[in-house]
Amino acid sequence: MASTATLRKPASGFRISRKMLPYVLSLPALLVCIGILIPFFTAVIYSFQRYRLSQPWARQFNWGENYLNFFTDPAFWNTLKVSLLYAGITVTLELLLGLGIALLLQRRSTVNNFISIMLLLPLMIAPALAALMWKLMTNPSFGILSYLAGLIGLHDFRWASSPSTALLTVVLVDIWVYTPFIMILLLAGLRSLPTQPFEAAALDGVPRTFVFFRITLPMLTPYILTATLFRLLDSIQQFDIIYAMTQGGPGNTLTVFQVEAYLNFFQSTNVGRSAALMVILWAITYLLSNIFIKNWLRLRERARGEA
Amino acid sequence: METTSTLEKTLRLIALTLVVIFFMFPIFWIFLMSFQTNETILTIPPSIIFTPTLSNYAALITGKLTTAAGTLDIAFMRNLGNSIFLSVTSVALALVLGVPAAYAFARHKFKGSEDIAFTLLSFRFAPPLLVLLPLTQYFQWLGLSDTYFGLIWVYQLICLPLILWIVRGYFEDISADVEYAYRIAGHSWFATFRKIALPLAGPGIAAAGLLAFIFAWNNFVFALVLASADKQPVTVGALAFVTSSGIQYGQIASAIVLSVTPTLALALYAQRYLVEGLSLGAVKG
Repeated sequence: MASTATLRKPASGFRISRKMLPYVLSLPALLVCIGILIPFFTAVIYSFQRYRLSQPWARQFNWGENYLNFFTDPAFWNTLKVSLLYAGITVTLELLLGLGIALLLQRRSTVNNFISIMLLLPLMIAPALAALMWKLMTNPSFGILSYLAGLIGLHDFRWASSPSTALLTVVLVDIWVYTPFIMILLLAGLRSLPTQPFEAAALDGVPRTFVFFRITLPMLTPYILTATLFRLLDSIQQFDIIYAMTQGGPGNTLTVFQVEAYLNFFQSTNVGRSAALMVILWAITYLLSNIFIKNWLRLRERARGEA
Repeated sequence: METTSTLEKTLRLIALTLVVIFFMFPIFWIFLMSFQTNETILTIPPSIIFTPTLSNYAALITGKLTTAAGTLDIAFMRNLGNSIFLSVTSVALALVLGVPAAYAFARHKFKGSEDIAFTLLSFRFAPPLLVLLPLTQYFQWLGLSDTYFGLIWVYQLICLPLILWIVRGYFEDISADVEYAYRIAGHSWFATFRKIALPLAGPGIAAAGLLAFIFAWNNFVFALVLASADKQPVTVGALAFVTSSGIQYGQIASAIVLSVTPTLALALYAQRYLVEGLSLGAVKG
């Protein structure tokens, strides 16, 4: 990079055009995205309004009322609870499972490479379509999983259509789709670790649990962090799987943030509440992504340095 | 590395088998289902031995579904066409807009370049409905609500950050010295960009394009909120199809198979780049 700076000087014949060039190159991309900032601000304004599509005449600013109402609104607390529960459960399970599978596939061999490529497939299926696949498999009259549940004694197991097992079912679909994401990130991490510490530990006869907790895990931490935060940001905003599977039901069992906002907007046409929900979700993701981007940049630099 | 006992080998084998079954079985099962008639599907207990039929695919492709109640028109092939058109044009536009911007961000550390790059990246992490719900109203006012153009524009939110960040990484990995040598030989920056930088970053650009295609194809919520019935891609169309066709499970399964085949094929083709692409370059594959 130092040589870059010194070599750049001879070519700086046309000052203005050289200075403008990067702006000119990135301007089109920016213009396209600036269009998106306008609806963002509109949403923030809506969130401070009493605004129902069914009663356009009653539209007016009510300032923080939409937000204040949330404190006494059991539906909001349900949304917050379900969203956090969903994100917490899926990310934890996917992390454990993904790490386990990555460790199983760590050694480079034809079979392991083949399996790791196969495991990518669920990740490449649209989550909404994956939900439909599982819906077919959990259908009460012919679903293979309902049949298998019956074989092990769970007769009339109703999967996503029963309030007690709906969360479990969508979590299962989420795990099926997204565990491969964590798996491939951690596998790439594991395979890029230097081999010397492991060889030394093996020579010294260090127990393998000790090696795992004291060498493997600490060295893998940046990768685990990246994978976790990526997933956490996506998971707390999950819409596709839940909407395609149950549309937030049964009842309000699965009304996570985005599903609730969607239903508020299109069914109860309460634009103000819908916008306020999205602003809160945005605030949560903004906080998470700030933590995320800081750590992620450090990791990116490190990966680039090692490459 | 270490001595592995027979017990451990067996346990590993069992664990791996379970993993493969869990992740592969749904794909396998839906694939089988797509070749079954409704009668076969409803047979209890389910069996993997059956006489395969192509009638489900035939019904989807001809768009005519004959049931006991009469014929039903299926618009699924139109959804498939929409998916192809929306994904291809969105990715093409994102490449035209994103690659020069990525080059600018990689080669010129200009004032505010990091801020701009981060703003673009933050779109990847913001809740989509936050902008989509007000956008429905803007689209009505602007007359975009029934157009492909509006959808392609919104799809840039998926494609642009992906292309920008991945391609930028590839440009950064190319030594700038070659380009400077070429510039000093008297060539314009555009010739340098076209003849040196683009070919060197070519594989990265191709990989980013493929990934952006997969993400655009798999998107659900953008089209669910903004697309009118005749502009819907397969993700939304398949869900509507489930509602309208009711109990035509074989056709639903074959619609799913047709919808996921393009992304699965591309993923297998580009699997080398997936790690890097999915982590936006945070983890090198």
